[in-house]
Order: sequence, then C-alpha cells, then structure tokens
Amino acid sequence: MNEYTYPILFGGVTIGTLARIIILKTDYRQYPTYLHGKIIHIALGFIAASLGAVAVPAIMEKEFTAVTFLTIAASQFREVRNMERGTLTEMDGYELVPRGNTYIEGIAVAFESRNYLVIFTALFVTMAYLIWNVYFAIFVTIICFLLIKKYMSGSTLGDIVSIKEATVSFDGAGLYVDNIYIMNIGLPARQADIMKYGMGFVLTPKNFDVRSTIANLGQRQAILHDVSISLGVIRDSGTPALVPLIKRDLDDGRIGVFVLPQDKDVKKAIKVISSVPVLENAIRMPSESKAQNKE
Amino acid sequence: MLVLEKAILATITTNASKVTAGTSIFICESKEEMDKVAANLEAILDGISHALSDEIYIIVKH
Repeated sequence: MNEYTYPILFGGVTIGTLARIIILKTDYRQYPTYLHGKIIHIALGFIAASLGAVAVPAIMEKEFTAVTFLTIAASQFREVRNMERGTLTEMDGYELVPRGNTYIEGIAVAFESRNYLVIFTALFVTMAYLIWNVYFAIFVTIICFLLIKKYMSGSTLGDIVSIKEATVSFDGAGLYVDNIYIMNIGLPARQADIMKYGMGFVLTPKNFDVRSTIANLGQRQAILHDVSISLGVIRDSGTPALVPLIKRDLDDGRIGVFVLPQDKDVKKAIKVISSVPVLENAIRMPSESKAQNKE
Repeated sequence: MLVLEKAILATITTNASKVTAGTSIFICESKEEMDKVAANLEAILDGISHALSDEIYIIVKH
C-alpha cells in the first residue's frame, strides 16, 4: 500500500471498468453476444482502465518512458477492432439479411473507440484524485460518464429523413414502391406472395446532404438488416425472390424501402426505421464543399 | 480473378424462335406450364425468375 493504491484502484480500475460496462449495451442487435462476448469486452475494458490509471502515477514518479506502454495499448485495441470485424464478417454470410460491410465497420470502430474512452476516463479520474482529492475525483467521474453517454449515441435516421408508408404494386413484372422501381419478379405466384407479405416505405431526405448519406449502399443495407431483425423477415434460403430491397429515385434522392416483415405493424416499422443508426462511414457533407459555398 | 456476380442459369420460354442456345433452355407449351417450370427451377437453382416478356422467363443468380 502506498499513496497511489487508492487512486489507482478507485480511479482507474473501478471507474474505468464501470464506464465500459455502462457503454456495453446488448440491445435488439444481440451483439456483443450475451455472457461470453460480454466477458471479453469487460475484461478488455478492465485492462484499458488499468493502463489509463497507472499512467498518471508513472509520470509523477518521473518514469516518463512508462507512457510508451500506452502505444502497446493502442495496438492492442486496434486488434480488438480487427477481431470484431473478422467475426462479424464471417457471420454475415449466414444472416438471412446481411448487415453489410459498412455497418460491420461501424460496430468495429465503436468497440475500439470505447476502449480509448475508458482509458481517458481512468486517466482523468486518477489525475483528479492524485492532484486534488477523492471528492473532486467523484465530480470528474460524473462529468466523464455524462460525456460518454452524450457522445456515444450518434444520430438516427429519424433525424435526417421523413418516413411514410407507401403502396407496393406491380406494373407487369416490375415491382414498385410508390413510383420507385425495385425489381423484376416473373412468377405470378411470387408476385402474389409479395403483395401479401410486402410492405413499402418511402424515405424523403430532409436536406441535400442527406441524399448522399441514404444513397450509400451500406446505409441502405443497415436499414434492411435492422428492420428484418426487429420485425422478422419472410425469407428462406430456397426463396431468393423474397428479398428486402432498397432502391433510389434518381430524380429527387428519395429511397424506396421494400421489406417483408413478419409483424406487419406500420407504426412499429416506421419507429424501427427512424431509429436505425446513421452510419459514420456513410455520412457525406456536400454542403461543406468549397464549390457549394461559392454561390 | 474474374468473378461473375450475376449469371443467367436457365431460360424458360413458350416461343422457341426467340431464344438461342447459351444457357439451358426449357421450351413449354403454355403459360401455366412455364410458370410451373420456372417455380421449380427457382427453388432448385436458388435464383430469381425474371420476366423478360410474357413468353420468356430467365432464372438469374444474384
């Protein structure tokens, strides 16, 4: 026991690990998988927290080279990202409606960045404890938790598009949602299935930037995946014609969402679509370009 | 390496004069027979049957 024991135990290890547990949510996506998947991430969070906590005492003891071990931490957590990406990509081939690479990359990046958040939390709390006192450390803890909560939830589709239910119809063999062409279905029997089970939605972008974001194929796949997870999907490996799809209206950038949910509740479906996360990698800001601003 | 993303696996028609060899062609007598054959092939080949016209269906692997 020395003067660093409590700050490291309280600040780093306990608060840091707690922060990881708070941002480790297993929601409708069921990822990380319950128990085993969770244990991996809590353990990694514990390691991250310990690393963050010992950095401050190391500097106080004038052991500056000790800070270099943070670089080991960085490569360690990059490995976490690779691991998550690897697992999810492998699994994706067996999903009825795949997540898509953009969504997977988004999840992997989130896992890596959350470990850094844990390091920073542990670092600041230990620092506050060592420089001032335990009460100040508690104060810093609360601020860190609030910041983590605030910045860890990105925007959702409901913020950037307006969602309306639309009619699903056939013009000959062509399947349409509203006036957006989706695909060609030849067999009358399949057409009947689609008219029976299909649901259509039209997503209208709220501004020009959003057009390119929802046009992103990865973002569209994420919408289909989330709807299929939340409402079920009428599809099987032997019925390739029953496939949820999203196509774009080239005139105005609206997208037509065609889904085959098992639960045909319009209100629920609109709620699910509006809470689909906007993928970081799909966000585009044409309005920030110099060519746009010159006008 | 060239990877074919889409391929026509079979052609089903009631009008043999409109198609030539290149894929497997199934010539049917009537629209009903064509629907039946296409439905079977769809399940067997795991491809989607698309209608090019009232006389020609193709099974495409996506």
